[in-house]
This record gives sequence, C-alpha cells and structure tokens, in this order.
Amino acid sequence: MRLADDHRRPRDAAASTAASATALPIAVRRLSKAYGAVPVLDEIDLDVRPGEFLTLLGPSGSGKTTLLMAIAGFLRPDQGSIRFGEREVVRLAPHKREIGMVFQNYALFPHMDVARNVGFPLRLRRVPAAETARRVEAALEMFQLGGYGSRCIDQLSGGQRQRVALARAIVFEPRIILMDEPLSALDKQLRERMQIELRQLHERLGTTTVYVTHDQREALTMSDRVAILDQGRIARIDTPRAIYDDPGSRFVAEFIGESSFLDVTIADGVARAGGVAIRASSLPARQGRCTMVLRPERLHLLAPDEGEGMNCFDARVTGAVYQGDTLLLQAALGDGSPVSLRVTTRGGEGPPPAPGTPVRIGIAVSDTVLLPDEARGAK
Amino acid sequence: MSSADAFDPAGRSGDYHAAGLRRDQWRERLGLAGLAAPALILVIVTMLVPVGWLFGLSFLDDNGALSLEHYKRMLAEPSYGRTFRTTFEISFVTTLICVLLGYPLAYFLSQLPRRAANLCMIAVLLPFWTSLLVRTYAWLVLLQRSGLVNTWGMKLGLWSEPLQLVHNMGGTLIGMVHIMLPFMVLPLYGTMRAIDGNLLRAAASLGSTPIHGFWTVFFPLSLPGLAAGSALVFVLCLGFYVTPAMLGGGKVTMVSNRIANDIELFFNWGAASALGVVLLVITLVVLVLAARLSRGTGLFGTGH
Repeated sequence: MRLADDHRRPRDAAASTAASATALPIAVRRLSKAYGAVPVLDEIDLDVRPGEFLTLLGPSGSGKTTLLMAIAGFLRPDQGSIRFGEREVVRLAPHKREIGMVFQNYALFPHMDVARNVGFPLRLRRVPAAETARRVEAALEMFQLGGYGSRCIDQLSGGQRQRVALARAIVFEPRIILMDEPLSALDKQLRERMQIELRQLHERLGTTTVYVTHDQREALTMSDRVAILDQGRIARIDTPRAIYDDPGSRFVAEFIGESSFLDVTIADGVARAGGVAIRASSLPARQGRCTMVLRPERLHLLAPDEGEGMNCFDARVTGAVYQGDTLLLQAALGDGSPVSLRVTTRGGEGPPPAPGTPVRIGIAVSDTVLLPDEARGAK
Repeated sequence: MSSADAFDPAGRSGDYHAAGLRRDQWRERLGLAGLAAPALILVIVTMLVPVGWLFGLSFLDDNGALSLEHYKRMLAEPSYGRTFRTTFEISFVTTLICVLLGYPLAYFLSQLPRRAANLCMIAVLLPFWTSLLVRTYAWLVLLQRSGLVNTWGMKLGLWSEPLQLVHNMGGTLIGMVHIMLPFMVLPLYGTMRAIDGNLLRAAASLGSTPIHGFWTVFFPLSLPGLAAGSALVFVLCLGFYVTPAMLGGGKVTMVSNRIANDIELFFNWGAASALGVVLLVITLVVLVLAARLSRGTGLFGTGH
C-alpha cells in the first residue's frame, strides 16, 4: 500500500500544516541492504510527512532498526535514495545530517554530567557559553529535570536518563528526530507515562519523528501513522485505527492486537465459517477461501434474544482467565475452532462460566473483517 | 531438639531457628574462605616470608650487626644513582613506546567483530606463551652484527656497515617493548571493548566529526585502561632482569642487574637486599600514585 494518495486522514493534514514551517519530510526510495544473500531491506519506499510521528513496527529481524540506522547514516545501504526535504543525504556522513537521535540504552556520555551531556551539541556548534547554559537549562526544565545539570549520569534513574537523552536530542533544534526503541528498557508504568510525554512533546515541537518499536501498543498509542515491516518490506502503512480495524493481511492482523482466525469458505457469494453463514460489509471474492479476524474485545457474549446485526456462533467455554479489568474467555466453536473473547468485568459478578458451558457468541457485521487468503504481506 | 519443634498451629511460641540459621551462614562463609586458603598460605610462605627476611638482611652489616650501612652506601655512591636513573629511563621509554604502539592496536582490535578480534588477540598473545628466554635470544639472533636485520639491511643497500643494534640501550628497548606490549594491549582492549558503540553514534548524531568524537568521548573513556596498562608495564619494567641482561650486553645496568651482580660477584646479600627493598618501595609508590590518579575511574577494576 502506498501512502502518497491517502487523503482520508484529517488529523495528519492538521499536524503537517502546523509544523510545516520547520519540519522536513523524509523520502526513502528503493533502499536496499543485504548481508550476504540475506536481504534486510528490500527496495523500501517510505515517505514521512513533515511534522509527522511515524512508527516503524515489526518483529525482530524485520529491518526496522536497519532502516532507522540507514536514515541516521550509521548504516551504509547497498542502494537507494534518502532525501531530507530537497536534500539527498544517502552518502552524507551522520554528523552532517542534523538529526536528533535517541537510543535504546540512552547512550549518555558517562564521563560528563547532565549539563555537559545536554550541552554537547551546542558546544559543537560554537554556541556562546551563556546561551548554551540557558538553552540546556530550558531543555532540562522541559523534561522536569531543572536543577539536575550538575548530576552524574550514574546518579540518575532509568526514566531520568531517558529524559536527559531526549533533552540532548532536541536541544539543538534538529528538524528530524529518530528514536530507536527508547522506552524498552523502562518498566511498564514509566513506559506508559513516557509514551504520553513523548506524544505531547511531539505535538509541541512538531518535528518530523521516526520511531522504532516492537511494541504494537506503543505504536498505536503514539503514532500518526504506523509502518509495519516484514522481512525487509513495508507490509502496511496507515493510521493506527485504519490498521487495527482492517489489517488487510494475516501477518498484520497477527502482529497488531490479539486475534483469533477462522477459515472461511466462499461459494457463490456466500461465506461460511464455523458452520455458519457470515455477513460482512464486503467479500474479498465470490468463490474460494479467506480468513476471518476475530478481535477478542469485539466479540460479545449474547443472551438468547440478542444477535441483531451480528454474526452469531454457538460455542462451548474451554477456559477463563481473570485479568482484573477484563475476563478473557476461551471458547470452541461448533467445528472446534478456538476463539478468545474479552469481557469487561463489573463488581458483584459471579464466577466465570465453567468449562463446558454452552454460550452464544456474536460479532457485529461492521466489525467482521475478512482477509484474502494469500501468502504473507500485502505488497 | 525439644518439643518446640512440635507443630504449633498458632505459631506464637516455639523455635524460629535464628541461631541455627546464623550458624549455617557462618559455615557457608567459612567454606568459601577455605577455597582461598591454599593460595593464601602459598603467598605467605613464598612471598611475605622471603621479603621479610630480605628486609631484615638489608639492615645488617657484614658482621651481622644492625646498621644502615647498605642504604648509606646507596646514597653515597653515584653509580647507584646512575643505576636507578637508567632503570627509570628505560621503564619510562618502554612504557611510552608501548602506549604509542599498543593504543592504536587495541583500538583496531576493539573495532573488529568479536570473532576476528579474538583471532587477532591470539596473535598478540602468542609471544606471551613462548618462553621469555627464547624470545630474548631470538632478538639477539636477529639484531647481532651478522644477524638477519643487518644482513638484509646491507643487501638492500640501506646501510653499508653493520649497525650496532644490540648490546646497547636500543637493543634493550626493542626487546623490552616486544615483551611488554601484551601487558599494555590487554587492559586497553578490555576497556575499549566495554565502551558502548552507541556513544560514538550519539556523538555523531549530535554533530561530532569522527575525530572529535574520538577525543571527546572514546579517549576519555579509555583512560582507565591506559592507566592500568601503563602502570602494569612500568612496574614490570622496573624489576626486569633477563632482557636487559642479555640485550644490554653489560652496558645497560638496571636495578635488578645490579642486585644479581651484588649476589653473584660480591656475595653481598645485605647490599642486594637493600636494593631490593628500595625497588619494592618505589614500585609500591608508583602503584599507589597510579591508583590515586585514576581514582573513580576503576583502574584496578573493570574500567566502567
């Protein structure tokens, strides 16, 4: 799927106009890199809009970090073009690319205090000492680190270190920011707080940002758009909601969110799955096979009289996991296919249904997604 | 044990095993200490006892009476001063050359993929595993008047007369640098390998040229390894005997050669002991200074 002809996203348009004064677009064309016979990047085309927060998401080995490192200039591709705005940078040394970069392990200089770390890019640019001090302090304030300038790096917690690394990456006002799994070393609560902070920071600065993660929830939370990489290719690039609601391929559906899958057979324009006729907003073909995506939270336990506007299945409970806010029920359909569904818990409920209990499960026709049955990827 | 071991559903009275648990802990510690005991005893018997004995000898005159005679002579006789100066000069120059040769080599190794680095490391360490004597003799063979270097140099017309390459300061330095280089490269390599490559990437992304990044980031972080390697080489050089004795040809007298002379030629154990004590004290002072200079950089640790 290509992005240039994608006009459905008012949010992106707003973001790009707000930031267009300083933000640079990134255009990657036919970028390839192979290690021996193994391609890591396979003729990648990618456009990052000015001021956009784009996330590269993929399993390990998908090429997402390689792509980021090529954009940063730390990895020499075999071929391809990378443009920042009008400027071709594919052969430009990293220190001339004017990129703010944030690393997974922070990469703070351990022999410098906080202020010297943050002031590093300013000293390099021969900013006068007084102005350096002022801008360093302002950057630290922005990350609630005011007054921490004289601290040693090893006196800081993981979250504080990551904030220092962010301050250092933005203090010289780069027009592109790259982040390589910057939150993966933090614990869950801190990570979720930093996700929101990073998102707010991006809205304030409006700098074009490319963010690498393997955490799909993080990608959905933070991004204007998500590019899902698979084996050195971009399998899908779109807004989080568009990808979640219509994954387009089984690989993407498996990667984004939890899902159960049902085999669907289509004959004469009628789709059947789990022994039941299925209604969907569109069928991928009039004949043949396809796959139905069942998101656990879009499935409902139905009372006998419910089911209007839904595809309904009879099933048997096979297990239940209590997770606090939700109850994850496992069930088997009539033909034995396993599905999971998520039910929001309330106070005063009885115990979950015992294994073997017959239940009726439904999914709204508007939530019913059929994927063409094909090999991985939707290129 | 007593009835306190009996089942006590309320858990209020009875034995909570505090004394027994403490005893178990002590037993475990003693067991661990026991593992170090053989080495500890060996060090005491073969190091502390002889050193103490020498220390005592150095304060006795020829008749076995307590005296500072040997130390006074060291101060009075200029030849002793020359010996110490030679020792320091050679140690210093050897250390300097080892730094100049070893730092780029260690840097190169630290930038290689780990497998290739390990292979190259074997090449660096190979001489380490051959006898010191063999290596020193090899240099003698190479550098002597009719040796390989002189023969080839004259054949290629680089010089016409055989050069005096050995039995002098130059020959001693060549041999010593060769033997000391691994002691410089090993700690340097360890420190450099531990420097996170992302630090240099970060510096580059912030606008630092590779050379600037090296001097502002890499070099300062490699200093603990440099200090450790230099201290190690310098201290080893101070007490070096075989190579200066063979390649110096009697013209290069270091403290250890002087000690050997005092014993072998003059049977003067007192004088030799006094020299040994002074050398030991100087060595300890150097080590303490090096440790103090690099305090907080983990000189004698891993170098993080």
